[in-house]
Amino acid sequence: MVKYASMDKINFQLEVKNLSCIRSDKLLFKNLSFVVRNYNLLEITGKNGSGKTSLLKILSALRLPDEGEIIFNGQNINTMTYEYYSYVSFLGHHNAIKNDLTAIENLSISCALSSSVDKENDKDINSVLTKVELLYHKDDLVGTFSAGMKRRLSIAKLLLLKNPLWILDEPYTSVDLSGIDLIESFITSHLKQGGAVVMTSHHPLKIDKKYIKNLHIK
Amino acid sequence: MKVFIAIIKRDLLLLSRKPADFYNPPLFFVLVIILYPFALGADSEILKIGAAGLVWISALLASILSLDNIFKADYGDGTLEEMVLSPHPLVIISLAKVVVYWFFTGLPLLLLSPILGLMMGLPSEGIWILMLSLLLGTPVLSLIGAIGAALTVGLKNGGVILSLLVLPLYIPVLIFGSSAVNNSIAGLDVMGSIYILSAFFTLSLVLAPLAIAASLKLSISN
Amino acid sequence: MFKFLHKFGSPPYFYNFINKILPYLYIIFFGLLLYGMYGALITAPADYQQGNSFRIIYVHVPAAWMSMFVYMVMASCAVVVLIWRMKMAQIMLISSVAVGAIFTTIALVTGSIWGKPMWGAWWVWDARLTSELILLFLYIGVLALYNAIEDKKIAIKAVSILVLVGVVNIPIIHYSVEWWNTLHQGPTVTKFDKPSIHIDMLIPLLVMAVAFKFYYIINLLHNAKNQILISESTTSWVKDMVKKQS
Repeated sequence: MVKYASMDKINFQLEVKNLSCIRSDKLLFKNLSFVVRNYNLLEITGKNGSGKTSLLKILSALRLPDEGEIIFNGQNINTMTYEYYSYVSFLGHHNAIKNDLTAIENLSISCALSSSVDKENDKDINSVLTKVELLYHKDDLVGTFSAGMKRRLSIAKLLLLKNPLWILDEPYTSVDLSGIDLIESFITSHLKQGGAVVMTSHHPLKIDKKYIKNLHIK
Repeated sequence: MKVFIAIIKRDLLLLSRKPADFYNPPLFFVLVIILYPFALGADSEILKIGAAGLVWISALLASILSLDNIFKADYGDGTLEEMVLSPHPLVIISLAKVVVYWFFTGLPLLLLSPILGLMMGLPSEGIWILMLSLLLGTPVLSLIGAIGAALTVGLKNGGVILSLLVLPLYIPVLIFGSSAVNNSIAGLDVMGSIYILSAFFTLSLVLAPLAIAASLKLSISN
Repeated sequence: MFKFLHKFGSPPYFYNFINKILPYLYIIFFGLLLYGMYGALITAPADYQQGNSFRIIYVHVPAAWMSMFVYMVMASCAVVVLIWRMKMAQIMLISSVAVGAIFTTIALVTGSIWGKPMWGAWWVWDARLTSELILLFLYIGVLALYNAIEDKKIAIKAVSILVLVGVVNIPIIHYSVEWWNTLHQGPTVTKFDKPSIHIDMLIPLLVMAVAFKFYYIINLLHNAKNQILISESTTSWVKDMVKKQS
């Protein structure tokens, strides 16, 4: 397990070589190769069902590729998986939060599950909740939250854990326009600090073009 | 390990917010046992002879009833995915979840068994051995059951297949658990069955979490 | 040696190899079967206690042996699938399940038919019968799980885990007649002592056992051919073959 000081001190490179994915006997994509480094945002576009989610799952080492390999700082992610997980924060379709727990309890659990075990202190949690405008609701059960609020809570997790590589599957789902602006500001500051983002989205991104690379899956 | 305690705390907290999950297994256990006198007639002899086996069968059924719930809720809201993505060993996390699962299925059965055994006419020599057999056996049921639950958590009608997968694996535990009690009542050697139950306990404690973690990773990767 | 085995890792090579050797396997199987049945029905002397009804042993025992043997083959494939992820191991695993289940059923049914005249009951709940029945449920569970999971790459791994969890049952079946006093006959062939069975009765039994093994291999290879075609349906060599045939 890796504990690190701050993000821009780590140089990392995620290299994908000749990736292919077959799902339920259908070939989704083949021979995909690209590199993601610090300060990069890889925007993945493509029609629904084109394999975007499967690609993100493969990049998160949740699913094995059918062909090809993914190298993180010289090592295959499927052989050093636990170490890789300490670098990655994944946000999928689900919010990964329990309705029966409060916002604070949810964030505590996420801390305990992550590699940043010593990061669980109230100051950090409160500051992160403030950033996503949920501080007022910190002791409310998440079951009472709206869909947009729940999404913002999962974003709060990203900010709290401070993992350098964010893999986001349609992070703007259920979020209103001001929420989208908020999330984009977080992404931008994450990139500025030397982090990297791989994301899919149906919304056009309003982030500075200098960070963005695009990958379109047909 | 810290994450072990954290997961146990989390699951206990969740249980306290949804108390029904805690009451259901012991309730079911008691209800099933109450049915036997109705079905077999009030003739206390039959109940007495079958008491050990019947208590054990009820323990099995109560265990299977709640198995679906070990991972389903977490699978549905994405928190299971979060656990798989944790840099901490999934084996430890799985074991923590099974411990809590046993706490609200196996432990209540264990504590209720003397009362229910007496109600069925089990002689007092049998009660201690019944408790010992359940103490060793119910964790095995939880561990093996969790493997089945992990394999089927992503399936639509997982519950049906789950019972099919898990019951054949439960049968040896049932056989030795009830034979321990029956032997003690008959004055025969008990330690053989107890040793075998201990062997099942140790084996499953060591190996089941590996199978559970592997199965969870598989179910998540879909 | 490894090069020889490694070639089998290639599906088209394996497919053609199967086609080449299948005719020979059929010949050997039928030869052994005829020899075994002749020995079973004609040459072997009638049993002292049971008369001619013991002859069902020549189907019952090989079937029971095969039910365990096939499961052990599946368990070995399961290990290979989980650690090395070899395609051929996956195919062999899933191709063996149906045959294994059938052998188990034959063992149970013939055992039941034999049990009625011998013990007076169609079924008894003794250790060996019970654990053989558990084995049947394990096979059925494997099939059910494999069919329930849509993505077959995941399904085969899930089934591999299940097979390995259930492998504990095999020693229980095998040693059950030694560990408990059961109604079922004690070990007569697979002991380290001299077999306590008459040699004229023993030979047809062993011949039938080998014949059943060949049947297993033939059935396995037929299923494997189908599995190869299914999983390689998008490749060029399969498409070429289909074109040639049509």
